[in-house]
Amino acid sequence: MKIIEELLMQFSLSVSKITDKIYTVSISKEKLRQTVVFLKNNEKLLFDFLVDIIGVDYEDSFGVIYNLSSTQFPAYTVLVKTHTNDRKNPHFDSIFDLWQSAGLYEREIHDFFGIKFINNVDMRRLFLRQDWCGYPFRKDYDPSLEVNHIPFSNEKLTDMEKINDGDSIFEKNDFVVNFGPQHPSTHGVLHLRIVLDGEIIKKIDPNFGYIHRGIEKMCETYTYQQLLHLTERLDYLSGSINRHGMCLVVEKGLGLEVPDRASYVRIIIDELTRIASHLLGWGCMAMDMGSITAFIYGMRDRENIMSIFEETCGARLMANYNVIGGIINDIHPNFQRKIKRFIPYMRKMLKEHHFLFTNNPIANGRMKNVGYLSKEQAISLGATGPTGRASGWSNDVRKIDPYSAYKYVDFKEILRTDGLTFDRYIVRLDEIEESLKIIEQLIDNIPSGAYVTKTKTIIKLPEGEFYQRVEGARGEFSIFICSRGDKYPYRVKFRSPCIPLVNALKSIAIGTKIADLVMLGGSLDYVVPCIDR
Amino acid sequence: MGIDNIYIRNIKNEDFKDNEYIEECLKELIANDTNVVLTKLNTLINWGRSNSVWPLTFATSCCAIEFMCLGAARYDFARFGWEITRNSPRQADVVFCCGTIVYKMAPVLKRLYNQMADPKYVMAFGNCAISGGPFKNSYNVVLGVDKIIPVDVYIPGCPPCPNAMIYGMMQLARKIKMQNFFKLSK
Repeated sequence: MKIIEELLMQFSLSVSKITDKIYTVSISKEKLRQTVVFLKNNEKLLFDFLVDIIGVDYEDSFGVIYNLSSTQFPAYTVLVKTHTNDRKNPHFDSIFDLWQSAGLYEREIHDFFGIKFINNVDMRRLFLRQDWCGYPFRKDYDPSLEVNHIPFSNEKLTDMEKINDGDSIFEKNDFVVNFGPQHPSTHGVLHLRIVLDGEIIKKIDPNFGYIHRGIEKMCETYTYQQLLHLTERLDYLSGSINRHGMCLVVEKGLGLEVPDRASYVRIIIDELTRIASHLLGWGCMAMDMGSITAFIYGMRDRENIMSIFEETCGARLMANYNVIGGIINDIHPNFQRKIKRFIPYMRKMLKEHHFLFTNNPIANGRMKNVGYLSKEQAISLGATGPTGRASGWSNDVRKIDPYSAYKYVDFKEILRTDGLTFDRYIVRLDEIEESLKIIEQLIDNIPSGAYVTKTKTIIKLPEGEFYQRVEGARGEFSIFICSRGDKYPYRVKFRSPCIPLVNALKSIAIGTKIADLVMLGGSLDYVVPCIDR
Repeated sequence: MGIDNIYIRNIKNEDFKDNEYIEECLKELIANDTNVVLTKLNTLINWGRSNSVWPLTFATSCCAIEFMCLGAARYDFARFGWEITRNSPRQADVVFCCGTIVYKMAPVLKRLYNQMADPKYVMAFGNCAISGGPFKNSYNVVLGVDKIIPVDVYIPGCPPCPNAMIYGMMQLARKIKMQNFFKLSK
């Protein structure tokens, strides 16, 4: 788009393009804050959605890349790049006051690279233990057991622990309750420290890292084919979608044409994954409110999808179906027949779910008027996916930047405006219906022909940067690859859709009762291994 | 009817084999159409124990979803008496270790295990819990839960399908039946 380019030029920025829709802007670190503020506040550009902050170790210097997207031109992305040559004491200006999501992203980079962000009040480690030695994402990190061994005692956390040698997190008279990490309602191993005033929540301090496996670092030692399976284990409930994204970014880099048959089947599998994920999310949220029946019903319907996966992909949860260039094997002869049987079944069951739960007065009483998230807040937090759409923010990547075969299908983006728990709940159920519509359009029209394009045994991406985003079940999942022309990627960064959701929980739970916290978490439907990576 | 070596002063071991009065009692019961089962107390306790093992809900990542499938409608582990998951380690008999254990989580798992009442069992679900699995090269992953706590049953798979989990549970039930309840280390 010309207007974006012109405006960026006006600001005397050196602009280059990765693809038609992705611009990169390189600036000096002194001008960083100024540039970001300009991009955010310019009325014509309105790049007010901070997708991610990416840290890169360039061996001789440290780089930080700010990934900005616009609500005006949602299909466009600007990567603002800056770097520092100071390896001993790297630091940048903080932007934590501009976006609510920035604070956590900066803490993540501090944790992995040891980069300080000046003025950010909270510079604790985010994922690793506070007593961890070294910064694992630096290229000169020593991973031997002598440096960091398996700890024998729990991390020492005091409620009066200092952040940034100034204030402590909690006040002296605060009543702090620990929630997790081992708790069935945290949807994984998430540790929340909650300040209570009677029954009312005053403050939440999340503590991540109980399932931090260092996937991004591991990707740097694997070839492109090998690291595919790691993407599926990030957000395991939308595993196929993540893997689809990873395949797309490598295919884009290689300039590989994917056969239509593969694109169609990929999308059908993606949508089935989304339905399975929403069913589980719905069931778990209902279980968090005390309705075991809904959980059993959700899992029962999900089993139908699992049996389709088992036949075609060979596995239930981790389908491992997408490969670079297409899909790993042709579809099973029963695939179409089974899906055609599944669609009317699911529609019937959706009616039943609505009848049993949506109109239930107890469920209504608990979901309505609780957990309000405004549109501005959702954008500032970067809470994409069903959560953002329930607040009226149109952010469906399938619509705004269609990838694969999504441009051929006709479907509706579910938008609601109230931003309450009930809206987040209903958006999920309505999205199941839309997914069914997409599958219905594709299932009879799967083109014949090859299902995979042959690739070389060793794939080498050309030097440069590659970026692709896809719509996961919980929000925008994006992949950034920095390649140096090697068979291993130099740096891989996954944008987790779930970090902003926990951040959103931090904002929306303030002022509600502690009994609602579990249900609010269920309505946001975060997956903890996706946060920790 | 035989009884193993029992040491009681003043009573010879052979005397325990002289069970005339029990046999007469038995004959009388059978004559009156009463069903009688004779067994050792140890076998009886183990039969009960192996059919009511309550797992702790402990799950860190992907395997948890398959564990949920195991508890839900199609696979339904309540059929085998594994009944309900307990949220407190004090009430649980077995910890299903579903998923990767990282350095930060290791002391937490150790503490949960220590909080469980004896006799307690551990099942390692999935490749991560067995050996680190796909995350073997990571800087932050414990290469198998057996580095921290003793494991009774290993179930491979990434994640193992619920059928495999049921098979693993059967193996644990077998193991429990083989144990001498009165000689378990306290």
